Amino acid sequence: MKIGVLASQGAFREHIEKLRQLGVEAMPVRMPEELKGLDGLIIPGGESTSIGRLMRDYKLTQAIRNMVKKGMPVFGTCAGMILLARESTDASFESLGLMDITVRRNAFGRQRESFETELNVPVLGKKPFPGVFIRAPLIEQVDGNVEVLARLADGTIVAAREDKMLALAFHPELTDDLRFHQYFLRLLSEKE
Amino acid sequence: METGTWKVKTGLAQMLKGGVIMDVVNVEHAKIAEEAGACAVMALERVPADIRAAGGVARMADPTIIEAIMKAVSIPVMAKCRIGHFVEAQALEALGVDYIDESEVLTPADENHHIWKHDFKVPFVCGCRNLGEALRRIGEGAAMIRTKGEAGTGNVVEAVRHMRAVMDGIRELAQTPEEELMAKAKEMGAPFEIVLEIHKVGKLPVVNFAAGGVATPADAALMMQLGADGVFVGSGIFKSSNPAARAQAIVKATTHYQDPKVIAEVSKNLGEAMPGKDIRELKPEELLASRGW
Repeated sequence: MKIGVLASQGAFREHIEKLRQLGVEAMPVRMPEELKGLDGLIIPGGESTSIGRLMRDYKLTQAIRNMVKKGMPVFGTCAGMILLARESTDASFESLGLMDITVRRNAFGRQRESFETELNVPVLGKKPFPGVFIRAPLIEQVDGNVEVLARLADGTIVAAREDKMLALAFHPELTDDLRFHQYFLRLLSEKE
Repeated sequence: METGTWKVKTGLAQMLKGGVIMDVVNVEHAKIAEEAGACAVMALERVPADIRAAGGVARMADPTIIEAIMKAVSIPVMAKCRIGHFVEAQALEALGVDYIDESEVLTPADENHHIWKHDFKVPFVCGCRNLGEALRRIGEGAAMIRTKGEAGTGNVVEAVRHMRAVMDGIRELAQTPEEELMAKAKEMGAPFEIVLEIHKVGKLPVVNFAAGGVATPADAALMMQLGADGVFVGSGIFKSSNPAARAQAIVKATTHYQDPKVIAEVSKNLGEAMPGKDIRELKPEELLASRGW
């Protein structure tokens, strides 16, 4: 099994480390050729405008879209979630538009409003998941087959799944908790 | 919900990695930077080259400029305060900037003490010339480090010197036997706990960017290959003849720093780089890197 981590900009190294801890081969992806032969792709946190433009300029946007439409599982955290969303309330760049969710960027405010909180995530079991939210987006609306995986105490949606696509508003790659990465790896092996 | 934690302070810097932070002095510049793919902007009244030319006392920028830039772009906005000037920092925190640069580019307000940065919810980035200086700043609460380089010169030589010194220091600590670490900490003037941590994990506990003299895509890639996590470009973009093209090229070179074909391609037709200065022609009192300790 080989997983790519989009390395245009952002916290890609942390995702690679998590995957390697789980015994999975992981490699950075900066060019379309590097997508070849991948079993899954992670789009990390970073600046969505910056990542979006680098994806466009190096022809990754369409290449990733094609592979995900053919069934390649994809996992986006924070900026990665924004790039996966069909709609973003203020994006000035072309997203992948793959998941049936509407997101709002910088939804909680600026850096001084960044926060940590414990999340209840039923698909991961009883133990709460450490949620690290940094200038984080939120999911305003889910449509179609999208399943909500986690909400904040006030009901705000912060994690969702649609088929083999997984999107989180927070950063599991900045914690020691591997359960979301394990959950993604299980999506890879699930039958259609 | 807990705000202002060490995790969210250092975490924002981790999200900036592999990216370029650009100095901007107005809304128009900020939009060019965002459009080019900058991962953040530094809001200033003057870029370092102009601060250098103007002389006198350089202070925190007028909040009107900072607020206008915060409104104009959706990427993080940083701003500079003077070394030791914790009230400028308090004002920047009140404005809601995303990162504060306690910067040697401005005239220091305190020659003995840097800001106690743990008191703030907004994270700080600080300059350094070597590992000891980096660790003193982290001890005071800096959640991100950058080289000082020599700002406003368009000359990367000092940034290279400082990055090599930091990376050599880390490699040396990793190799030092445990019983010699206390003496090392004393010699470096660095907090022992962080010295011990670096010995164990072989890397800095925070993100480390290059800054001070980066003027070309190749300069940015050079700093990345030397071990920088990302790059600040101050005067290098808006003092060049074609800022938009140069900004985009430096962003691409920072991502593809290990790909010489990309570096060659993006270096074409960028027009004139900013005029550079030979550091050896500067008088000691003109050197910004020696401000702070």
